[in-house]
Amino acid sequence: MTKQQVLDLYFLDARHKLIELAAFLDRVDRATGKEDFRLPAFRAALTVLDGKKKNKATLVLRAFSDPTIVPIEKAVGKGATGAYSPPRSMRHADKSRPIPARDHSTSSKKNVP
Amino acid sequence: MKYIEPHAHMVSRTTDDYERMALAGCEAVCEPAFWAGFDRSSADGFHDYFCQLTEHEPKRAAKFGLKHFCWLCINSKEAEDVTLAEEVIALIPEFLDRPNVLGIGEIGLNKNSRNELRVLERQIDLAARFNQLILVHTPHLEDKLKGTRLILDVIKNDGRIRPERVIIDHVEEHTVEMVLDGGLWAGMTLYPETKCTPARAIDMLETYGRERLWLNSACDWGVSDPLAVPKTAREMKKRGHPASAIEQVIFKNPKTFLRQAPNFKLGH
Repeated sequence: MTKQQVLDLYFLDARHKLIELAAFLDRVDRATGKEDFRLPAFRAALTVLDGKKKNKATLVLRAFSDPTIVPIEKAVGKGATGAYSPPRSMRHADKSRPIPARDHSTSSKKNVP
Repeated sequence: MKYIEPHAHMVSRTTDDYERMALAGCEAVCEPAFWAGFDRSSADGFHDYFCQLTEHEPKRAAKFGLKHFCWLCINSKEAEDVTLAEEVIALIPEFLDRPNVLGIGEIGLNKNSRNELRVLERQIDLAARFNQLILVHTPHLEDKLKGTRLILDVIKNDGRIRPERVIIDHVEEHTVEMVLDGGLWAGMTLYPETKCTPARAIDMLETYGRERLWLNSACDWGVSDPLAVPKTAREMKKRGHPASAIEQVIFKNPKTFLRQAPNFKLGH
């Protein structure tokens, strides 16, 4: 397809999704309480969209992914949250910006087949 | 346009879905064994489920002119209990000779735990010993990349498994390349919220080519669309893909992979 054809087919849809995304971030900004590990992961993934990097979808997916390679000892629950939460021992040393840990009791986990 | 739905959990769907799929051109539906949305309390629950997949569901599909095939296994979400898993794995051989069974699936990982990995290895061993095709479920969201890597290592390390007899399902942009590079087949699952949209699936087809790739809806008890495959075919058409390319992806490719199973016959 030509760039013109891609724009004709997908521009309005992409524009719609971008505005939804901006509105989501505004909504989070307006909300009270603490954020958890998902928001920093989301903001990190957003940086991929800016600029001329290729394979942006791959990079965004990687930004949300568990980068480790060793199996975990035991599965606690079945759901996934959409963003990786490093174990306490691996978290950023900068104590001024702690990332709240994953709460395994949260109802935000998605149980999908 | 005729198509094969290579991954659908029809036990969770209504007869209306069968009818709509048949009207959309579906010729055959293939149903991997999966998690019911709750943990079964004993191996007996799996025995009944395997009977449902091999006896009851083919009859239900036949009422709408659809061939029904299935895959058998214990899924990764119930694999943390290794004792239960071993009991279920011991049941599977008695079902492998049933006429609609294609192989072992959908095995795989969910949270990438040691027990899940142990059960995955046992089911790959089962497939190797009984010369069965393998269909692999890859984990969700943040767990997919790591899980896909672990799964590929297990398959690669078992010298009895030929990669062209394995399909790794639910690939996305960050995992599709490693699967295809390993000589395995890759399945793209079209979900409204997670996994792939039609547009992204077609992007991957345009990037990696049409060899060893298929599309599926994986429709089930969650948010999913049993017509996702024909809808993606329509999207391919909108992008200017010729009918032959669309037919390859939605019909010929799944047929090529699945006919490695002796039971897979479309009847024409």
